[in-house]
Amino acid sequence: MTVAVRRRSATPEAPIYTPADIEALSAANHEPEWLRESRHVAWELYEMLPMPGRTDEEWRRTDYRSIRWDEAPIVTGSNVSLDVVPRETLEPLIGDQQAGTLVFVDGQVVHYEVTDTLRQQGVVFTDLVTACRDYPELVRARLMTQAVKPSDGKFAALHAALWTHGVFLYVPRGKMVELPLHVVMYHTQPGATLGHVLVSLDEASSATILVDYLSAAGDAQSTYIGATELLVGDGANLRYVGLQDWNRATYEFSHQRARVAKDATLDWVIGTMGGKLVKSFIEVELDGFAAQGRVSGMFFADGVQMFDHDTQQNHNAPMTKSDLLFKGAAKDEARSLWQGMIKSQPKMQKIDGFQASRNLLLSPDARMDAIPGLEIEADDVRCTHAATFGTLEEAPVFYLMSRGIPRPQAELMVTEGFFEELLERIPFERVQDRLRAALEAKIVGANSLK
Amino acid sequence: MGAALEIRNLHVTVEDKPILRGVNLTVKQGEVHALMGPNGSGKSTLANVLLGNPAYQVTAGQIIFDGQDLMELEADERSRAGLFLAFQYPVSIPGVTLANFLRLAINARMKAADPTSKGISVSDFRKLMRAKMDSLNMDHSFAGRYLNEGFSGGEKKRAEILQMAVLNPKITILDETDSGLDIDALRVVSEGVANLRGPDLGVLVITHYQRILNYIKPDYVHIMYQGRIVESGGADMALRLEETGYDWVREKFGEEQA
Ligand SMILES: Nc1ncnc2c1ncn2[C@@H]1O[C@H](COP(=O)(O)OP(=O)(O)OP(=O)(O)O)[C@@H](O)[C@H]1O
Ligand SMILES: [Mg+2]
Repeated sequence: MTVAVRRRSATPEAPIYTPADIEALSAANHEPEWLRESRHVAWELYEMLPMPGRTDEEWRRTDYRSIRWDEAPIVTGSNVSLDVVPRETLEPLIGDQQAGTLVFVDGQVVHYEVTDTLRQQGVVFTDLVTACRDYPELVRARLMTQAVKPSDGKFAALHAALWTHGVFLYVPRGKMVELPLHVVMYHTQPGATLGHVLVSLDEASSATILVDYLSAAGDAQSTYIGATELLVGDGANLRYVGLQDWNRATYEFSHQRARVAKDATLDWVIGTMGGKLVKSFIEVELDGFAAQGRVSGMFFADGVQMFDHDTQQNHNAPMTKSDLLFKGAAKDEARSLWQGMIKSQPKMQKIDGFQASRNLLLSPDARMDAIPGLEIEADDVRCTHAATFGTLEEAPVFYLMSRGIPRPQAELMVTEGFFEELLERIPFERVQDRLRAALEAKIVGANSLK
Repeated sequence: MGAALEIRNLHVTVEDKPILRGVNLTVKQGEVHALMGPNGSGKSTLANVLLGNPAYQVTAGQIIFDGQDLMELEADERSRAGLFLAFQYPVSIPGVTLANFLRLAINARMKAADPTSKGISVSDFRKLMRAKMDSLNMDHSFAGRYLNEGFSGGEKKRAEILQMAVLNPKITILDETDSGLDIDALRVVSEGVANLRGPDLGVLVITHYQRILNYIKPDYVHIMYQGRIVESGGADMALRLEETGYDWVREKFGEEQA
């Protein structure tokens, strides 16, 4: 049941930013001219595009109009400090070392560390503002020109015009980054941030990176308008993990797209736990012969959360392989939506596409939807999709109880077990444990039905 | 004195359909009882009700274990009190490894007995698992596998007996643990149970065949028919059934409808 949005008439129906916001950002960041100009070009596009609404297929089921755009001024981080970031988030991902760490608080860099090995390899791992100044030749050709484009939608254009902070990872040809890289975007203030992730792997290189999106508890509205761009060159190998755990007053709108070249492999894990309303476009373009992409998504919606994941697997070359699995649970009055599409260009033979959505409904008032789709224009293909829905089964719970395990723990084990397959795809044990704890809190917690 | 499981005039329904219609049976520690009877007569129902499966409703009667009224206890409490059921059809539980689950089961027992207990140490647990798995000819890799997920029929039955051996119950119910086992596995599993036999273990073996009873010779044999135990006798009754089948039971007790 949708409750009419009470204050709607009084609140603006679209963001109330102006080109002055671009000027302020550009000046504060001492941005090069080409960047300032590209922001203005994107702004013009942004102004032309209509706000997405219920008549757009991709937005039909997700009503975000409860957002108060007058409460979404761009956050200008001041007095930021690493101390506010939860310690467990900052633990090394594996062992006691990692190749690089970059921590933002309210869009400002509060911690930056890279190993000498990384520097010697010629790898660039730095914040995007710095990268635009120091490596314009690398950034300019890649920033919102290949993966996510301003023309992808209203929020993509807005992001291109007003992105506030971001990370840039570039791995040169043939270089293997053995240790993982870790990025944390932590927010303490209400208002809007527009974070960017740009990863580019040249031919036959490899890297593993985790991006954590987190915010301090709070009731004041936050907005995150993000973009993630993953460029995986010929024969390169990227493992990318993005985990989101915003507070319950955060709206997220993000575009994420990977391009995978010939013989390259992408292993992409997505975790969605926090936020009030999340709308995320997740797209994999398999551009080169025999490119492979695996996408693993897990989410757990509780309280009144709404998660909308819109995924696309595009087979643009022969012999490409995609494998997508989304597993999620919803309890209380939460809602989730997954819409997935596998597409192939004509004459792309021997492609193999798979998508599955597994949904665990933990309360009668929660609602989960899954809409798989195929648009295949080739004939020598193998494409499969599946969507399943279930509730917590009593038989396994009874089985565990019959061995002496109390009911709450038995229910927890069965529910956690549902996610285990996905947790194991995250290549960092400590992060797995952190997620298990977050899941546990959601499963046992009588969560805020606010 | 050993503990006893006493079932008195037990009536059970599933979705308002009567399944058990007045079962009386007492199994004491140290005794072995065999429970036989045609398909659908209610044997597994009885086993599940004894462990407190909420899918079944007890409409009349009593279950007393070790002087305690079991009806007031949840399945986990019954287990910790010393009851065990090796399921006829063990469910698989993705994401929960056999080892992790058994460790939690042991810890649940230790914590119930002593709330300050930290549970079994990792090394003690590993030793215990290894020893018990070896005695059942189980590959150690099973410990790291998800519970019953992708286990063959025989592997599932073996894993049930492993759990029993680790949890060390006072009274155990084996529901067709012998079905689906090849001849070697039948021997290993049956010997596994036979080795645990002693004054501290009461056994209720539900089976259709004499072969498991060759290893675990019963003190008593009961026949369940249409939700009641209609005949009880000694070990020779099982042998006789093997030859005669259940026709004489049907003749004697009729095809009355549930
Ligand atoms: N959960 C259930 N829902 C509906 N009917 C059930 C359920 N459990 C048991 N029954 C019915 O109760 C009756 C007794 O079943 P039960 O499994 O106890 O028989 P059994 O003696 O163990 O048979 P078998 O020798 O084939 O294992 C059967 O008619 C069965 O269909
Ligand atoms: Mg049965």
